[in-house]
Amino acid sequence: MSDWKEEVEEVVFPGKICVPYTWTVGSTMSKWYVLMRDEGQIWANRCPSCGKVYIPPKAKCLECYRDVNDWVRLPGTGTVETFTVVHYEEPSMHPKKPPFAYGIIRMDGADTGFVHLIDEIEPEKIKVGMRVEAVMSEERSGNILDIKYFRPID
Amino acid sequence: MGRRVGIVGVGQTHHASHRLDASGMELIAEAVTRALDDAQITRDEIDAIVIGNMDHFENINYVDMWAVEGLGAFMKPVFKVTTGGTTGTTIAACAFYHVASGLFDRVLAVGWEKNSESDTQAAIATCANPVLERDPFAGAIGPLATEYSMYMKAYGATEEDAALVAVRDRNNALNNPYAHNRMKVTVEDVMNSPMLSYPIKFLDMCPRSDGACAVIFASEEYAKKMCPRPAWVHASVVRHDYTHFGDLEWQWMPTLERASAEAYKKAGITNPLKEFDVAELYLPASTTGVKWMDSLWFCERGEAPKLIRKGVFEMDGELPINPSGGVISTNPIGATGLIRVGEAAWQIMGKAGDRQVPNVRKALATGFGGCSWSDVMILGADLP
Repeated sequence: MSDWKEEVEEVVFPGKICVPYTWTVGSTMSKWYVLMRDEGQIWANRCPSCGKVYIPPKAKCLECYRDVNDWVRLPGTGTVETFTVVHYEEPSMHPKKPPFAYGIIRMDGADTGFVHLIDEIEPEKIKVGMRVEAVMSEERSGNILDIKYFRPID
Repeated sequence: MGRRVGIVGVGQTHHASHRLDASGMELIAEAVTRALDDAQITRDEIDAIVIGNMDHFENINYVDMWAVEGLGAFMKPVFKVTTGGTTGTTIAACAFYHVASGLFDRVLAVGWEKNSESDTQAAIATCANPVLERDPFAGAIGPLATEYSMYMKAYGATEEDAALVAVRDRNNALNNPYAHNRMKVTVEDVMNSPMLSYPIKFLDMCPRSDGACAVIFASEEYAKKMCPRPAWVHASVVRHDYTHFGDLEWQWMPTLERASAEAYKKAGITNPLKEFDVAELYLPASTTGVKWMDSLWFCERGEAPKLIRKGVFEMDGELPINPSGGVISTNPIGATGLIRVGEAAWQIMGKAGDRQVPNVRKALATGFGGCSWSDVMILGADLP
């Protein structure tokens, strides 16, 4: 396998693609982000046909394909359905230094899981079924980190 | 040969340079909802979905995953197809194959693009070979400009001939409420617009649009029940050739010649100029609206400028081309080819509104893209 190295000079071009992007949030999600940014509130929406409550909100119900137009405000509390504690470092992607925890939270009043960070607790003490509440950021700019993280209650 | 297949519903968004009211998923939902309404069915009656767009254009790659909500694809089979500029027509071909195969009865084809989310030319350059061609020959405009230079020299075609095509398509768009650019222009306006890449000027060239299109294909049994006048697929042919830009024939368009010849043979067309009642062609620049007429066998090689000057392809001419305003009026790239198929289907179905050509029995739709690839679909009012 190594004999080709005598005949072939390895030529590899370095490359970097520079394409700037912007992503349109859209009518449904912009309403959700604006309520979070300006009012510090967490909302969901409900399918008028099957009654399923979605957070994050949906434009169309997955099952019914109906426009989801009924908005409901959630109290901001919920239950940890599952979680992990991250120990490896990925500075270009992670919002903070490890170790930190994230998981899926079933918000009170919603029928879908919500993905976010879990903090203000030592990672080894986090448990499935634990009750948590959302902590809003003081400076909010209309993105998913306007919710700073979820922390334990009780 | 496969089963007979008919188009029973078409929907498209209102296209614009920036649809900042709608995410990509919401654009898809808008087109799908309109297609389902057009066919008067619900998402429950769709058996499978084919979707596609351009690689790299929105930097969010798994559209078959994140668009499930807008597609109505929850718990249904979804296939993603992407073949560059031909993506839209390849989606149509793929949906046709699904139904013709006998494995699915009602298939939803969806193309979309949100060009406002990236730098289109930078994204499109990623299709060119990075160790060879990306620096000296990339982008959409340069290669098209190069091929028309050669055609002008070979056959005496002019920049004004291309301007006549630009005027035709742009003014046709005034009759299309979905079109992105709707502006009345003259040959003088086109000739005086800024030079992009000689001989292509600003008003010769397609824009970049946000938009989506959805088309529903059904088997003969279902199409007859669902739709009073389906647009039957008489032929669907795809041809690719590229190895290297320098290997291509530039004086004519081999993939379009071969794909259309094969499609005409399948559909029993011997005189395309006479037998087609309308054509919705993927003409990314007005120059191609001159040169590629040869390659569609409307005339001998080099004769296209004469037909253009006679007005053969105007709305009141022998074969109206692009009543919708075509690609230079509207270009959400992954949807662009599918819009050709959808508009051609609406012409057969008699649903084309102010841009309707009277009594359409046979319609031609094409797709262009990748590296000079061609897709051809022929639709008819009669069973094939």
